Amino acid sequence: MLRDMMANFELYQPTAIDHALNLMNRYGDDGWVLAGGQDSFDWFKDRAKKPRAVIDINGIDDLHGIRETADGIEIGALTTLTEIETSALIKEKYGVLADAARHVASPQIRNAGTIGGNVCQDTRCWYYRYGLDCYRAGGNTCYADTPEGIDREHCLFGADRCIAVSPSDTAPALVALDARMVVVNGDGEKEVQAEDFFIGPDVDIMRMTILQPGDLLKSIVIPNTWAGARFYFEKVAERNTWDFALVNIAAAMKVDNNAISDIRIACGGVACVPLRLTVVEEVVKGSPPNGASADLAASAATRGATPLNYNGFKIPLMESLVKRAIRES
Amino acid sequence: MKIEVTVNGEHQSYDVEPRMLLVHFLREVVGLTGTHVGCETSLCGACSVMLNGDAVKSCTVLAVQADGAEITTIEGLAQNGELHPIQEGFWECHGLQCGFCTPGMIIAAHQLLERNPKPNEADIRRGIEGNLCRCTGYQHIVDAVQYASKKMTR
Ligand SMILES: Cc1cc2nc3c(=O)[nH]c(=O)nc-3n(C[C@H](O)[C@H](O)[C@H](O)COP(=O)(O)OP(=O)(O)OC[C@H]3O[C@@H](n4cnc5c(N)ncnc54)[C@H](O)[C@@H]3O)c2cc1C
Ligand code: SF4
Ligand code: FES
Ligand code: FES
Repeated sequence: MLRDMMANFELYQPTAIDHALNLMNRYGDDGWVLAGGQDSFDWFKDRAKKPRAVIDINGIDDLHGIRETADGIEIGALTTLTEIETSALIKEKYGVLADAARHVASPQIRNAGTIGGNVCQDTRCWYYRYGLDCYRAGGNTCYADTPEGIDREHCLFGADRCIAVSPSDTAPALVALDARMVVVNGDGEKEVQAEDFFIGPDVDIMRMTILQPGDLLKSIVIPNTWAGARFYFEKVAERNTWDFALVNIAAAMKVDNNAISDIRIACGGVACVPLRLTVVEEVVKGSPPNGASADLAASAATRGATPLNYNGFKIPLMESLVKRAIRES
Repeated sequence: MKIEVTVNGEHQSYDVEPRMLLVHFLREVVGLTGTHVGCETSLCGACSVMLNGDAVKSCTVLAVQADGAEITTIEGLAQNGELHPIQEGFWECHGLQCGFCTPGMIIAAHQLLERNPKPNEADIRRGIEGNLCRCTGYQHIVDAVQYASKKMTR
């Protein structure tokens, strides 16, 4: 496959949000928003996606940077993963997000990759990335979910024709922190809970998030509800570096008198969305963060999991991560 | 599109196609072939350059996105014919065999030492985790970076 020469496109480099939105509206499905490019260029080089117009948003200053607000922080969509990993404010108050960012890929990719791109990135299902015409690409079959399909990386929960998973390391951390995504389009601005931002194939098999053509993720708001809580982040991947998670986990926990008074916990790599483990949260609330609670939590976490041919190992893996999150937050 | 860039301290302007990748621009238009192309998919790190002070994989940036930027490639590290301490470290500690990964490896090490002048071994291994070497087994590269760190912080 010819990799180096990407198909031609019209390049736009707007410097204001309005200008970007106009372009996005004008091109609709034929337009592509470009942030750090760490996901986008793969698609272009493989010619698996050939947008007519590429709208490079890097020149829009309003989308950059981390701001403290009255009730938390607001992170511009273009803030790089390196900036998040090294931000004193995020490390001090929302350490789980700094940790998650630090676990993404490699230093060079974190220098270029943005938090907006990290949560909007497409799934890594290799059949789909290869450019096959599967359901997610608009076709009418799934190549992974066949007797011969290699589905090691695929989902335990929420399969619906497509069995791809959420690849992002920051997404579970944002769900654990109860973040809100600020989305703008030609009609104005709205905030969406991180949990509702990500969607599964049952909602729309061709998209990973609620963003429609014309929608721009402007920023991510993290309320101070969880500032300074106990946190846990862990990622297990095939290789120690620049590899996507087989399973990752992020938790935020508050403990009073040796009992878990409140907790939010989410797993990536097990469903098409970063999966909030509400059952686990209910099971451990009021209990001490010890081994017994961890064991209960672990079996609750994987209840209802449906393993595929080759991904059964994700069940004990997920259970181990849940246990450690409860014991070691 | 017209772009103006400062490559290794030299201000230059060119007319390039929007879809041209920075690495191809550096190698084929500017003529600096020290920056290598390995995987072209952001994996191997051979194409690493400094773009406005950040190490990035130049196979995953458009040349036009570097408009107005300062770029440092491997060719820009030696000064007045004297090897940069990191280059010297690679020389002294046998940090390379075939040399394919070396330009990118040195750029990654450069960024690491800028951010953390006295890294321990684990820091070094993390700092170069975005760069693959198929020859050395990395140990000599770690030694080379330690050599440079000592020399640069003396
Ligand atoms: C070798 C390699 C290893 C990787 N390893 C990991 C890993 O371990 N963990 C992990 O989480 N990720 C990993 N990634 C993915 C990469 O980190 C993310 O894709 C990166 O953060 C994406 O950010 P970006 O700004 O470069 O995105 P881009 O490529 O610019 O954009 C990605 C997608 O999001 C859309 N988009 C971007 N910003 C916006 C916005 N503001 N509004 C609307 N849409 C937007 C784009 O249109 C595009 O579809 C890896 C990537 C590579 C190449
Ligand atoms: S799992 Fe989803 S993305 Fe992968 S081949 Fe099947 S339909 Fe396509
Ligand atoms: S050529 Fe750019 S990372 Fe391999
Ligand atoms: S020296 Fe040959 S790849 Fe590193």
